[in-house]
Amino acid sequence: MYRIIARETLTENIHLLEVEAPEVARKAQPGQFVAVRVDEEGERIPLTIADWDVERGSITIILLAVGTTTRKLARLNAGDSILNFVGPLGRPTEIDRFGTVICVAGGVGTASIFPISRLLKARQNEVIAIMGARTRELIFWEDHLRSVSHQLIVTTDDGSYGRKGVVTEPLKEFLGARKVDRVIAIGPAIMMKFCSLTTKPVGVKTIVSLNPIMVDGTGMCGCCRVSVGGETKFACVDGPDFDGHEVDWDLLMSRQRAYLDEEKESMKLWETKVVKK
Amino acid sequence: MAEKIKLNLNRVPMPKQTAAIRSRNFDEVALGYSEEQAIEEAGRCIQCKKPGCIKGCPVEVNIPEFIKAVHEGDMPEAARIIKSTNSLPAICGRVCPQETQCEVACALNKKGAPSAIGRLERYVADWERAHPEVGEKQKEHVAFNGKKVAIVGSGPAGLTCAADLTKLGYKVTIFEAFHVAGGVLMYGIPEFRLPKDVVQAEVDYVRSLGVEIKLDHVIGKIATVDELLQNGYDTIFLAPGAGAPMFLNIPGENLSGVYSANEFLTRTNLMKAYRFPEYDTPIKAGGRVAVIGGGNVAMDASRCALRLGAEEVHLIYRRSEVEMPARAEERENAKEEGVIFRLLTNPDCFIGDEQGKVKAVECYEMELGEPDESGRRRPIRKQGTEFTVPVDTVIVALGTSPNPIVPSTTGGLELTRWGTVKADEDTGRTSKDRVWCGGDMATGAATVISAMGAGKRAAADIDAYLNR
Repeated sequence: MYRIIARETLTENIHLLEVEAPEVARKAQPGQFVAVRVDEEGERIPLTIADWDVERGSITIILLAVGTTTRKLARLNAGDSILNFVGPLGRPTEIDRFGTVICVAGGVGTASIFPISRLLKARQNEVIAIMGARTRELIFWEDHLRSVSHQLIVTTDDGSYGRKGVVTEPLKEFLGARKVDRVIAIGPAIMMKFCSLTTKPVGVKTIVSLNPIMVDGTGMCGCCRVSVGGETKFACVDGPDFDGHEVDWDLLMSRQRAYLDEEKESMKLWETKVVKK
Repeated sequence: MAEKIKLNLNRVPMPKQTAAIRSRNFDEVALGYSEEQAIEEAGRCIQCKKPGCIKGCPVEVNIPEFIKAVHEGDMPEAARIIKSTNSLPAICGRVCPQETQCEVACALNKKGAPSAIGRLERYVADWERAHPEVGEKQKEHVAFNGKKVAIVGSGPAGLTCAADLTKLGYKVTIFEAFHVAGGVLMYGIPEFRLPKDVVQAEVDYVRSLGVEIKLDHVIGKIATVDELLQNGYDTIFLAPGAGAPMFLNIPGENLSGVYSANEFLTRTNLMKAYRFPEYDTPIKAGGRVAVIGGGNVAMDASRCALRLGAEEVHLIYRRSEVEMPARAEERENAKEEGVIFRLLTNPDCFIGDEQGKVKAVECYEMELGEPDESGRRRPIRKQGTEFTVPVDTVIVALGTSPNPIVPSTTGGLELTRWGTVKADEDTGRTSKDRVWCGGDMATGAATVISAMGAGKRAAADIDAYLNR
């Protein structure tokens, strides 16, 4: 059992949990994830490591409460426990002294981008961060991201906060205006796809963190297979980071949709259980 | 003068659920002997002076002795004899291929009716589980000898090695990546062949000896092998299993609805998707399911699919039934339950719909040519025989290759060209000092009992090494 030592509601649907897992905390690196199973009936799902604290022996995860597991997690309070918490999984993000790096975060992707930007900045890179959300209420950790970047642009689709529009617009402007050595884009598949399409014509290496459905997260089931450069890869052990210009995005998105009906059914049942309680 | 023994060639059959009923539930297929049946079957053993059966058993169970005890109705003694060399008898009695190991070496096998050793072993183990006070009394507690051993993986190899070393006085810690112990016994072999409470009872027995099992620990991630060696473990036994599923590398293989057998079985068995939505993990197995492959895993996947509600399950295998690696018993069970065998058939590609979901398998026919390196006749494509099988789900059961996490994070560990860890067959020693390896990680995919044999040999060699 892994105890929750702190929790925070970041937006209506986005929650932060700080979980006691000292051994995982000692090993965590930017770009890695944990596999979580909330309770005995629970599914195993991957969640990005947003932060860690070796002294407190904790891992921070941030989740968007959209499915059964994430909604179960969202209801937990400090002092409650998660049944299983496995990590740190996946390869860490490659971080070097690249020069100028643009970090693009879409939605909960901010959770993944934060520790990456922090290390990039510590390694003497010029870090430009772009964070995008549909609307003002969905924005979180703006200060966090500002503190680990040299410049931060915020966009909202509806213009309710920051610049109106999507992340690819400022991305394109930066690419046209200055030398950019690398782009790291993390968020929904569609956003990562369009960031990759934006950087491809100018030939700037673009790293994305893929988020297919996973079961074990350790390379033994193959549920998370993705096609990169025409080759099948397992996102859990070969990734989750890949070259965005090589990813077969349509395949990723179609595999992500594989259980939409079951997800609805599962959530409906869970809702009736929660109401009964 | 020796009395001439009258041979009884009537093996007592194993009671089973009928095919029509069992193919729609996850309850155990084989129901087990009654006491009368066990005693009757045990009476057939002729108590050879030089028993071949023991040599056939990778963990050298004293088979004639335990069968004698069963025949005398002394089940506690039978259990004691088995447990002295085999810590997982309820598992072995169910899933060992006895027909190629102990039973093939039985003197009665020459007459075509070997002692039903596996069924008797299962009977004794189940009897003991129903009488826990007996096992508790028989347990010896050994003083800690001051040495610590880490084991990576809690499958059959790891559990066996742990039990043997603990009985010798070592402090053993098993690191398991999953949220339950048992490895392939939990995620791979289905409930209807090996009930999970049977596995957990044997895992609990190993724990009760004093073995510590740390779940949720992926070695290579949370700690490396070298870190374990630096942090107080005198030696390490690597038994993380075979790991990564193999695919056909043909077009359409990543369409949604195409599973590896590992994923299909893990969802079903470990995550209990057969109880969705009570359990949260979903699985797709309605309509028509195609299973590609001819091994035991392909049989397990086919039979799971039927139980999950598939209307038809087509087993697609490129050779003929004679060459199938699956046990005859499993093939029979699958056929009885309604799995359709499509032999000498090979998939060419998978076809998807507009949503990227698989809807058909393009196949072609094969014929058998000359024998290949495996000794089996090589399948050759018959030109102009292409045809399409409409499907809703595909399960690819072609075997596994070693998981790279441990090898890639452990310096000085020599690998074979297949990516398995090089380990001495008799001792399990690897090229790396203080590190042993056994089970599928050393051999490639094999049986539960061969992994247990490797665990046993490694335990003996680790003991010899630490006492040198």
